[in-house]
Amino acid sequence: MNIATEAAHIGLDRESRTGAVTVPIYQTATFRHPGLGQSTGYDYSRSGNPTRQALEEGIALLEGGSRGFAYASGMAAITSLMFLFRQGDHLIVTEDLYGGSYRLFEKIFQQFGLSFSYVDTSDTALVQQAIRPNTRALFVESLTNPLLKVADIGELAAICRDKGLLCIVDNTFLTPYLLRPLDLGADITVYSGSKYLAGHNDTVCGLVAVKDAELAERVYFHQNSVGAVLGPQDSWLTIRGMKTLTIRMDRQQENAQSIALWLAAHPQVARVFYPGLPDHPGRDLMAARGKGFGAMIAFEVTEPHLVNRLLMKTRLISFAESLGGVESLITFPQVQTHADIEPETLERLGINHLLLRLSVGIEDKDDLIADLAQAFAEGE
Amino acid sequence: MKFATELIHGGNPIDPEHGSLSHPIYLSSTFAQHSMDNFGRFDYARSGNPTREALEEAVAGLENGSTGLAFASGMAAIASTFLIFAPGDHLVVCEDVYGGTFRLLSTLFTGWGLSVSFVDATSLEAIAAAIRPNTKALYLETPSNPLIKIIDLPGAAALAKKHGILTIVDNTFMTPYLQRPLELGCDIVLHSGTKFLNGHSDVICGFAVAGDPELGRRLRFIQNAFGAVLGPQDSWLVLRGLKTLKVRMEESQTGAKRIVSWLQDQKAVAKVYYPGLPEHPGYETHLRQASGPGAVLSFELASFQTTKRLLEGVKLAAFAVSLGGVESILSYPAKMSHAAMPPAERESRGIKDTLVRLSVGLEDPEDLIADMDRILNA
Repeated sequence: MNIATEAAHIGLDRESRTGAVTVPIYQTATFRHPGLGQSTGYDYSRSGNPTRQALEEGIALLEGGSRGFAYASGMAAITSLMFLFRQGDHLIVTEDLYGGSYRLFEKIFQQFGLSFSYVDTSDTALVQQAIRPNTRALFVESLTNPLLKVADIGELAAICRDKGLLCIVDNTFLTPYLLRPLDLGADITVYSGSKYLAGHNDTVCGLVAVKDAELAERVYFHQNSVGAVLGPQDSWLTIRGMKTLTIRMDRQQENAQSIALWLAAHPQVARVFYPGLPDHPGRDLMAARGKGFGAMIAFEVTEPHLVNRLLMKTRLISFAESLGGVESLITFPQVQTHADIEPETLERLGINHLLLRLSVGIEDKDDLIADLAQAFAEGE
Repeated sequence: MKFATELIHGGNPIDPEHGSLSHPIYLSSTFAQHSMDNFGRFDYARSGNPTREALEEAVAGLENGSTGLAFASGMAAIASTFLIFAPGDHLVVCEDVYGGTFRLLSTLFTGWGLSVSFVDATSLEAIAAAIRPNTKALYLETPSNPLIKIIDLPGAAALAKKHGILTIVDNTFMTPYLQRPLELGCDIVLHSGTKFLNGHSDVICGFAVAGDPELGRRLRFIQNAFGAVLGPQDSWLVLRGLKTLKVRMEESQTGAKRIVSWLQDQKAVAKVYYPGLPEHPGYETHLRQASGPGAVLSFELASFQTTKRLLEGVKLAAFAVSLGGVESILSYPAKMSHAAMPPAERESRGIKDTLVRLSVGLEDPEDLIADMDRILNA
């Protein structure tokens, strides 16, 4: 079945008593038992809730995993996965990763005895060189935040398999519509579902899909023990959002391609990072996948004062953190999403005082371009 | 402000723009900013959401703490709190702690290098004897789950202060209406808000409340970094549930007292555990630190056969996990709340296979009694 069909059918239960085509919101904490030692399959909503389960089965299906899991946020999903590791373990991590993941690794899990090496995961050889005897996993963003570097998940997964490492892919920027990491040999995909999957800037949630059933059992144990689960109403909203994933993404990508080309030609733009542009180093890899280049753009302006002007003067594009929703958002990574990373590291990576990140929504592209144009022209 | 008034008006100011008495549900993951240098109060909903914040302030106010934090579950609140520790740290924990907390400590956090001593915390001497140079906190539940043991909170907190360590109290069974551990010298209060605070068996949620603002900041950092936060709709439901906390708790407690006195007269009942009974070993201690015995009781039946008949035969009380809702819930700790504890550990803690726990809801107690009478005296 095509992913568009699978997505539209999440939560559709053909066996239901009422015939309702959307899954009910089971706003219940607990479930009555039929008898001693018997269960309906549901005992307590932290351990399992039918609405959340519909979402979890949905993400498992879209990802081609054996099992899916829903969490209170993307960070809660990542934290829950960190419980797979132990004191002394080492992980290799994408260097220009989301600042919240960096903060979690450095400020919390390092204190618990995990160590992390940050490498450019778009260069497979660098990943190979970073492997140590105590390395247990690779945590890679398939399309990085905010510099949009493209990782070759197939090659990386092969290295992981060879060295006995878990391959965990944060696929937030791409979604299963553009890339299915489990098909390429990854073990776990993790999402901030708040972004493209829920897609409406209205829900904070995290999703995980696991390939291997035995590994999924461990992930479930941690989900239930730590309890960072997603509530039933947010689960339902995420399902509702996922039904339109492919049509939203189609439009967002189309808009992003036009806007990236427009930005690249603008005299006040020094540099555009978008995998759909001919000079982007990850273009061929993404083109070969054949699904498109996503809808995130990063760009450097020529003068520092232009940053403030664009953030303040765009009218349709909101100055706000987050991404992936139907509304376009503009972000200043250095002080917003990546503020927890040390200034020297940010500078070295190129996450500087001139860099802006644009999450392109489903508005009309001409309106978005006109909005950027008037903001650039303001005060000239 | 008195407690009943604070429940209705505390931490929930009337919306100045529209005058709405009920707090709006902000279903927004992100918040638009108006200045590059000074971000608004809210930027991303994991870090802060107005609906969740109203709830967090309300619960902090009720517990008389500086900082309240709402989590996706009670376990998420507890797991987040444990993240303030580091490998090599040691905790002293009451021995009949909730099974989920036991599992978290004994499987996950020991893997991260935390060590734990489980002690009979009804004895301050036992607590003192377990404190080591690397002990960082006492973790207590009083009344405990499911054996309703009573721990001397001011005594334990004073002992902890003397050793420069934290006292963390799971206050789920009592709620701030009956017991406020921060006022007794403890440092962090935890809740499964799923229970009495929300009170309607319809939301999974947890809370951590800190007395000291600095400790509150550490917990808030972890809440944001870990991200196990409560969603806005669930936050709103808990705000709604909180408004009736006092009237629910009073009614359930009255019902519990009536049921306890009836159970004591039943031949099929071997033992009743309830801190409102003068013969309860913790009766005096409980009276000093709490304003009522609460609405949870446990009892042992004379035989396993009767236990099974009761659990499967009751019609009004739901045979289910959880507690603290408007519906009475009868549960079986050996297979439910403490199933995560190995059988040997369970038995050594006195959690027998004839023990049941009753959370008294808002039904008329005479109806609940008639329902049990039908089975126990058939």
